[in-house]
Amino acid sequence: MGECGLSTAGRTTRPRAVPELHVPHSRVGVSALCPCSQEPSPDNEGALHSSFCQLIEEQSSLVAGAIEMELQERNREQGEQHPGYATTLRILANMPSRTIGRSRGAIISQYYNRTARLRRRSSRPSLQQLNRTARPSLRQFDLESDPAHATLADKQSLLAKELLSLPPAQRSQVLMEVPLSLEEKRSLRQKRSTPGLRAHSAEPTFACAWWQDCIVLVSLFLALVHAAQPWHYALKQISGRFGSSVLSYFLFLKTLLLFNIISFLLLLVFVVALQAAYPPAVASPPPFTGLELLTGVGSFTHSLLYYGYYSNTTLNDPSASSPSGSTSPSRATQLPYNMPLAYMFTIGASFFATCILLMYSMYHSFLKSYRVGSSTGVLAIKIFSAWDFKVVQRHSVKLQSENICTQLKELLAEQRLRSCPLSLPQRLRHITVLLLAWLLALGTVLGCVVAVYYFSEHMHTVSTAPGEEGVLLALPLIVSLLNTLMPHFYNLLAAWEKQDSPAAEVYVAILVLGLLCYQWLSRRLICSCWETCVGQDLYRFVVMDFIFTLLDTGFGELLWRLILEKKLKSKRRPEFDIAQNVLELIYGQTLTWLGVLFAPLLPAVQVLKLLLLFYIKKTSLMQNCQSPSKPWQASHMSTVFITLLFFPSFLGAAIFVSYTIWWEKPSETCGPFRGLQTIYQTPKVWVELLEESNPNIAWFSWIPQYLVENTVFLFFLSGIVLAVIYFNIQVLRGQRRIICLLEEQIANEGEDKKFLIQKIHSIYDRKVHCA
Amino acid sequence: MGNKQTIFTPEQLDAYQDCTFFTRKEILRLFYRYRDLAPQLVPLDYTSKPNVTLPYELIGSMPELKDNPFRQRIAEVFSESGDGNMTLDDFLDMFSVLSEMAPRDLKAYYAFKIYDFNNDDYICKSDLEKTVNKLTRNELTPEEVSLACEKVIYEADLDNDGKLSLEDFQHMIIRAPDFLSTFHIRI
Repeated sequence: MGECGLSTAGRTTRPRAVPELHVPHSRVGVSALCPCSQEPSPDNEGALHSSFCQLIEEQSSLVAGAIEMELQERNREQGEQHPGYATTLRILANMPSRTIGRSRGAIISQYYNRTARLRRRSSRPSLQQLNRTARPSLRQFDLESDPAHATLADKQSLLAKELLSLPPAQRSQVLMEVPLSLEEKRSLRQKRSTPGLRAHSAEPTFACAWWQDCIVLVSLFLALVHAAQPWHYALKQISGRFGSSVLSYFLFLKTLLLFNIISFLLLLVFVVALQAAYPPAVASPPPFTGLELLTGVGSFTHSLLYYGYYSNTTLNDPSASSPSGSTSPSRATQLPYNMPLAYMFTIGASFFATCILLMYSMYHSFLKSYRVGSSTGVLAIKIFSAWDFKVVQRHSVKLQSENICTQLKELLAEQRLRSCPLSLPQRLRHITVLLLAWLLALGTVLGCVVAVYYFSEHMHTVSTAPGEEGVLLALPLIVSLLNTLMPHFYNLLAAWEKQDSPAAEVYVAILVLGLLCYQWLSRRLICSCWETCVGQDLYRFVVMDFIFTLLDTGFGELLWRLILEKKLKSKRRPEFDIAQNVLELIYGQTLTWLGVLFAPLLPAVQVLKLLLLFYIKKTSLMQNCQSPSKPWQASHMSTVFITLLFFPSFLGAAIFVSYTIWWEKPSETCGPFRGLQTIYQTPKVWVELLEESNPNIAWFSWIPQYLVENTVFLFFLSGIVLAVIYFNIQVLRGQRRIICLLEEQIANEGEDKKFLIQKIHSIYDRKVHCA
Repeated sequence: MGNKQTIFTPEQLDAYQDCTFFTRKEILRLFYRYRDLAPQLVPLDYTSKPNVTLPYELIGSMPELKDNPFRQRIAEVFSESGDGNMTLDDFLDMFSVLSEMAPRDLKAYYAFKIYDFNNDDYICKSDLEKTVNKLTRNELTPEEVSLACEKVIYEADLDNDGKLSLEDFQHMIIRAPDFLSTFHIRI
């Protein structure tokens, strides 16, 4: 390519700073000066490298102008210009980082220009320079000759000044996150004029918008829960022996417990406690036998557990003669409480609260840990982030070393393999295996669904006499059995086809649940109080799920360990199957969410179940299992699990409940919504009552009519949301492209040094030859 | 949560709370852990800011660190003098950075310092070889270690100077989703 640069020509005839590219006038001059190069064309970007140099100068003319003035002055002071100045510029223009072509150069220079303004604003000195005195480094031996050291005090005062300019809450955050030693942070903190505000004090003292207050409240609540640190030592023990992967299961359990406690508290305060204070008049219930704990019928049928117990009138209404039988008419304070409205709104509020919390957890998970798979840098990432610092037990540390050793060997072998790809017959075999496994999985899923369908049809035609309630347990038994056995089958399949897809197991559960939902809604014709029947069904499913989890723990872990130890005499113990356990938790939680509308105390049952499960699983883990040997990306999988919890599980339950509220006719004989067309009519009836009692607030009925039910408004809202999402996707795409370009530019800049060294060598050789 | 403790002045506790990721309760708990390492050396009264340094051997014998292959480097990085002997400030700083609440960039900065065995602000091939050998307890053959280190430099070195600078390391660790959860010690 030779020295065909014309940067000097470009400098004197500098056109106006236009962001778009234009072909420089000097293009003709290029071919005239360099007979060696080919005929330049607009597509031949290599020949137009001078335009990049020009572009950089144009775009940064403001900053460069000042520097050039200084340079020219200095040159004038030194006398004439250095004789090799033009050649130097030509050589510089030939460097790899300057010959990337005009379109890329334009993009980078535009980006540089736009961000240069942002960078010029921050006057904080680079932290690397500050830290040479804070932490030991070889470079501190050059301190005498290091000009940066002389201005250290200035840099510290700059940092202090920047801290002062921030709002108080951000100040604490920046102080915590800056990588200095604690002593220096304290001295920085003392330099501030106002006393420091703790970021985790109980009252936020900064004024902000109300929505920011809400976010602060939510995060404070979560921080409080975190600070209470339930099970802190138990979790530490588990992570010390088994690492982050198994710990992620228990953290997931803790999250689910939080969701259920919130739902339970809401329902307790607004629905259950009040109904318990004013019990309706019912016939004396049958005596309590132990079977009710499993089947949920019998003496539990007409109890607070189910929908049918709740009254449909206003409790404690002083005006009406209450058919619900308030037993203490001589109460001092008479607060009327509209039970149907409370029921509906509390269920809605608990779903809304769960939704917000789920989205918040998902947001945090994605922010911290989810990365779209990039295959480059796998070995580096493995070496620097594979060592789990939480593991502290000697034996587990040894196991971890062995695991990492195995994984590194596998990675190295894989990279060697990748350089020699599979031959055609091997690839065909691989594809057939995959196809077969996939067909098998699909077939079993469909088979399970069909089997459950026919079985449930059969069960519904069989009517149960009061003494034979055990028969009711058959359907939940079958479903739980399938849910327990299918994952083991899929594990075998995965081992055969050498691929991991934990989400396959969730399809069985979700499809079966979908089928059952459809069945429940069509059961209205059979059961007189169908909501209570559905609630009982769900209660049985939850209880069965718990029993089967216990059995699975017992057989899968305890029995297996005994067999391995006694019969096979091997030192290996069973491993804790994280994916299967988490999916069981998701299944159980879906059941709870489906059943909240029909059995308001179901979250309480789930809370009990989760508490027992924590201790049982922990004990079994400590006694029977060993730490996992396969690599398990804990953060990535946690994000996958919480997404699975939100997307098919929570959304499915929410859709089912919304459908029931919007379209299904409640039963006539029981429950808080008897007599209405749909549950959704309750607020409308209430608004009509309000209007009748006080015509002044007729405007209030305008809101549901024109906002909530108006389809145009809803379409408009969805349109805005979709537009925002699309915009963000495009911004992300653009940023990714810029990142690629900048990475390449960094690599090119690294090549500059080699290029210059080569040039120096060639000049030296020429001198040696000439001399 | 009363003000009954007499170990620190309220200003000292406020300063600790502002400069680390710990709450009052956790700071006091960590102080007792520090004191348990050498009860005769560490006074119960820190209001006068005593200059107490615990030697590395005691720090390295803590259950959270005693089997960690990088414990010496961790202690060296967080100690003021660079030899592993830690004051209470260094101790709190160390566990604050290694706690759950520390952000990714802060952890990446200190992880870089830990893996930089010769303290020259670059992770060169010899540092990488030492890291791999500590991770695998010398189970890999020297050829495999060398191959692994070359591959790492090839993958992560962006500016092609044959070693990893802090920017290269941070750029690579951003793509590691597990870094935040593995570079974490529960105390």
